[in-house]
Amino acid sequence: MQASNEETDARLPLLEIRDLHVELTAPRRRLPVLEGVRLEVRPGETVGIVGESGCGKSVLSLSLLGLLPPAMRIREGEIRYASETLPHADEESFRRIRGKEIAMIFQDPMSALNPALTIGDQATEMARLHLGLTRREAREHAAALFRKVGLPRPEALLRDYPHRLSGGMLQRVMIAIALSCGPKLLIADEPTTALDVTIQAQILDLLRKIREEEGTAILLVSHDLGVIADMCDRIAVMYAGQIVEEGTVADLFDSPKHPYTIALLNAIPTPAKKHEKLFAIPGTVPALNERGTGCRFHSRCPHADERCLLQAPPVVTVRGVHSARCWLAAEEGGLSNAVG
Amino acid sequence: MNSRKNVTLWLGIGIVSALLLLMAVSLFYVPYGANEMNIAHRLQAPGRAHWFGTDNFGRDILSRIMEGTQTAFAVGFFSVCIGAAGGFAVGSAAGYLGKWTDELLMRAVDALMAFPGILLALIFVTIFKASLPQTVIAIGVIFIPGFARVIRGGFLQYKEADFVKAARGLGAGHGTVIFRHIVPHVLSSVIVTASLCFSTAILAEAALSYLGLGVQPPDPSWGRMLNESQSYMNKAPWFALAPGLFITATVLGFNLLGDGIRDLRDRRA
Repeated sequence: MQASNEETDARLPLLEIRDLHVELTAPRRRLPVLEGVRLEVRPGETVGIVGESGCGKSVLSLSLLGLLPPAMRIREGEIRYASETLPHADEESFRRIRGKEIAMIFQDPMSALNPALTIGDQATEMARLHLGLTRREAREHAAALFRKVGLPRPEALLRDYPHRLSGGMLQRVMIAIALSCGPKLLIADEPTTALDVTIQAQILDLLRKIREEEGTAILLVSHDLGVIADMCDRIAVMYAGQIVEEGTVADLFDSPKHPYTIALLNAIPTPAKKHEKLFAIPGTVPALNERGTGCRFHSRCPHADERCLLQAPPVVTVRGVHSARCWLAAEEGGLSNAVG
Repeated sequence: MNSRKNVTLWLGIGIVSALLLLMAVSLFYVPYGANEMNIAHRLQAPGRAHWFGTDNFGRDILSRIMEGTQTAFAVGFFSVCIGAAGGFAVGSAAGYLGKWTDELLMRAVDALMAFPGILLALIFVTIFKASLPQTVIAIGVIFIPGFARVIRGGFLQYKEADFVKAARGLGAGHGTVIFRHIVPHVLSSVIVTASLCFSTAILAEAALSYLGLGVQPPDPSWGRMLNESQSYMNKAPWFALAPGLFITATVLGFNLLGDGIRDLRDRRA
């Protein structure tokens, strides 16, 4: 794993997000949703974004495709795909890359397919649009993809309506559709959350296979650290609209620097902790209008002091790609023993 | 429960198709010419020669009723088309674009809706010449707000649907999103509205013609016939009875049909 990371690091990033600020325009005021998000995804790499509900994971993934809800907009920052800047407001430039270069799969496959159209209609739409295939060619193309993602009887499935398939099968269909134009980046927003556990494992295996066979980079958004650790080369931990810690799986699991990451790791149930009460982080994520000027996590952090309340912490590079947004991370070794 | 809902639907279908059949027949055959006068036979009671009797000019009421179905259905069909087309343009723009477009269009629709429909049609018909096309346009315009609201509601609902987001995330353009993913879902409520508007249109045409502002004589129209029958209410009550019954039946038929389709749709949803 380490070796392949070194190799991909040398290449240019496929996707670069620089200092991205997204705000919610409410009547008479503007509330920040994402504040200064910075992230890179290199070709063939799997990057995970974790965080609890409401921290901005989905907003981040939607903003990459210009699919933000009407009430939200990008205030500043830059999204670059293959060294080309995507203008925030230009629907057309986003539309050209959607599906063809960057494809997205969603949380709930049951509602992500139009119940009024056959699977074939929906699976051939993209190939006809982006690749200019005829109806018949597109159907053959779709059938081949269905076979690749492990769906049985693809020709018959193409004639079926979505309600006849199970959630796991529908998610496979969604993945096949997402792959139909050979995207270089796949954004998977909680791709297994709506599925039961055995199907989850199958879908993750499928994503892994796609990464290996097609060399597709994957941006995996999840609240499940287990899934992320299992799949990703690099992890970004989000809290209240910021990336608070970023690093390789080993960096984050072996020597987490940010108290939030440490708390998240402590909250994972393990067999060893079977008889203990499960650790929960006290408090809740601050609301959009209660974030304050200091560290976003200070109200829930066991190590917070005066400085954390008033001053926003800097992003400290720990080692290599490992960085944390915390005052304490600067004080070397201050927290590394806290996990246990 | 199911059977009761089906009764509504099937009764509606039955009445409407009977009337459609009558209209189809009238295109090829009517017992007497609709405008054929016979003073010797004026104001005859219903009998074997004239099933629904004759009017003050000795014209056969059945023949006039039959030709009247053409007027009624033409008015219903074209005014609903105008309403649906206008409503689609306004409603889809408002629902899909949202923001100030939505505000602007829906306030305009509210204003139009607040205005009494029949009054609007009266003004329209008075300004322009009273005739069939004018009547159709006037009635069609009244329907625009109703359709616009229904269609806007559908767009608002389905614009945010997961499958629409997914389609956009995979590169679908506005045209694909609107016509492939949203319109088919909005269609069922549009059909219900259309069916209910159809009966309103027929009633409105009858009312305008009754007031002398719709279809002009000697063309047969049910409302016009009611108007003409007024003076003979005591002498020839059947004169008013036939057009009255047919207006009632048609309105009832389309209302039942609309309700039936709505129930069918709600049960599925």
